[in-house]
Amino acid sequence: MEKFLSVKEIVGYISSDKNKALDVASYFAGKVKEIDPAVGAVLHFDEIKYRVSLDKAATDGKYYGLPVGVKDNISTDGWETTCASNILTGYIPPYDATVIEKIYENGGYVFTKCDMDEFAFGSSSETSAYNGRAFKQKKFKDGPVANPVNTEYVPGGSSGGSAAAVAAGEVPVALGSDTGGSIRQPASFCGVVGLKPTYGRVSRYGLIPFGSSLDQIGPITKSVEDAAVMLEIIAGYDEKDSTSVNIPVPDYTDCLGRGLKGMKIGVPKEYFSDGISNDVVDRVKEAVEIFKKLGVEVLEISLPHTKYAVPIYYVIATAEASSNLARFDGVQYGYRSGDKSLSDMYFNTREAGFGKEAKRRILLGTFVLSSGYYDAYYKRAQKARTLIIKDFKEAFKVCDIILTPTSPTLSFKFGEKENDPIAMYLSDVFTIPANLAGIPAISVPAGLSKDGLPVGVQIMAPHFKEEVIFQTAYAFETELKKR
Amino acid sequence: MENEFNIDAISKLARMNLSGEESESLREDLRNILSYVNMLSELDLEDIEPTSHVVEIENVFRDDVVRESHTADKLFGLISDEKYEGYFFKVPKIIEE
Repeated sequence: MEKFLSVKEIVGYISSDKNKALDVASYFAGKVKEIDPAVGAVLHFDEIKYRVSLDKAATDGKYYGLPVGVKDNISTDGWETTCASNILTGYIPPYDATVIEKIYENGGYVFTKCDMDEFAFGSSSETSAYNGRAFKQKKFKDGPVANPVNTEYVPGGSSGGSAAAVAAGEVPVALGSDTGGSIRQPASFCGVVGLKPTYGRVSRYGLIPFGSSLDQIGPITKSVEDAAVMLEIIAGYDEKDSTSVNIPVPDYTDCLGRGLKGMKIGVPKEYFSDGISNDVVDRVKEAVEIFKKLGVEVLEISLPHTKYAVPIYYVIATAEASSNLARFDGVQYGYRSGDKSLSDMYFNTREAGFGKEAKRRILLGTFVLSSGYYDAYYKRAQKARTLIIKDFKEAFKVCDIILTPTSPTLSFKFGEKENDPIAMYLSDVFTIPANLAGIPAISVPAGLSKDGLPVGVQIMAPHFKEEVIFQTAYAFETELKKR
Repeated sequence: MENEFNIDAISKLARMNLSGEESESLREDLRNILSYVNMLSELDLEDIEPTSHVVEIENVFRDDVVRESHTADKLFGLISDEKYEGYFFKVPKIIEE
């Protein structure tokens, strides 16, 4: 089993045999023990727990024995779920998120939880509260998650643990969550595939919320085909999530291999502004050439309000986060300070429980929602969000999909942007618009920079057109492999 | 606008203490972020409808039938003893003597 393992290969090898499923689990456990002391992608790793999880997997499921890495903000019955925060240390959910139930029903199982930025607040995974306190969380590395391609660099974030675990071969597939790029940007930095589905395509029930109008759970995988398989497993209406949408889930692997002739791809000129790395531009240009060769018509388009996406996002996402995180007050979940008065307990639990970036965002969100500032900030941002949506509506009148870089830069070194919040936020400038508009978007590897760091390109499509995304991403992936 | 930002008032609203040093550096960060966010005042948004949700959602009705949900036994079995009594969460005294 030393070669690249696709979901199909793993499932084919196991062919419903429990002993073989255990073989596969031991193989990946061996990889975790071998590689993770340098990478630090996994949290709460436990060889007894994953066996218990495997017992929950439906033996007649289509993907029996498929081990899944799960971002630590997705609720998993029996597994500690901390959002990589001190405030949730010790919290074990009494239930599985809907996506996890669906994984078990299809024969897959929770193999490990993955490290992340605290509450998904970050773009480098450096804000994990377990960064440097590994012993507390059954983590193999006593430091931040590293990029497996070059361990001096960050894996991106916030789903950095999920992306690094997949890229390092410690798990075959993983789940992440994406509020402003948290699946796609780390996928791009680590050289793997990451999909943010249409808002409402996948149930958020059991996802510990960050920005409820933006969050989506999605797959991080080594190939487009595996991403299609994973979306098929997790997608669908869920009565427990009133924002999930009741439209049928197509067979996403069906569209793989379909030609692209006659398709129109739009490349927005605003995505090539100052501050974009030349390595990134080169790879996107090559991607454009590949698409032309595949018979696609490439058009220059305009998404005129792109530069406002980051400020809009940091008002809306923090406003929603500050309300969502109000529940962490020491009463029910995780950490509680030992104070004698209720008020002191709230104030001190939250001071000790949240890290600096979480505090920054809670304060910003509280401010933009506060009396006297609501209209000037929050409402203004909601109106500007409408303009971003209109930009996409106009663009999709002339093209089928939109091609952009996933991130303006390559992966960066630890500490490089840690003390400059705005520089860190700008690393999501190209991924945020899809969350604001609720459209699906994928990051696909597009080759390496001169220094050997991965570059990803992003493909966006109209609402619920994941099939078109898979079709184009698969054709691109296949063609790139030939080079 | 940014001068009006009062970190003590906001941290009180957020029910979150901040140490002196932390308060100082967060105030600086938030000032910078807010002045960046003020870019949005360039836009003419007079006649634009705000978006709070991106997909059409309809109200969902269902029959009110009893079914098994998360059980209190399981829930309380997972949390530490000093936090609950019976099926109730226990908190410090609210009414002063």
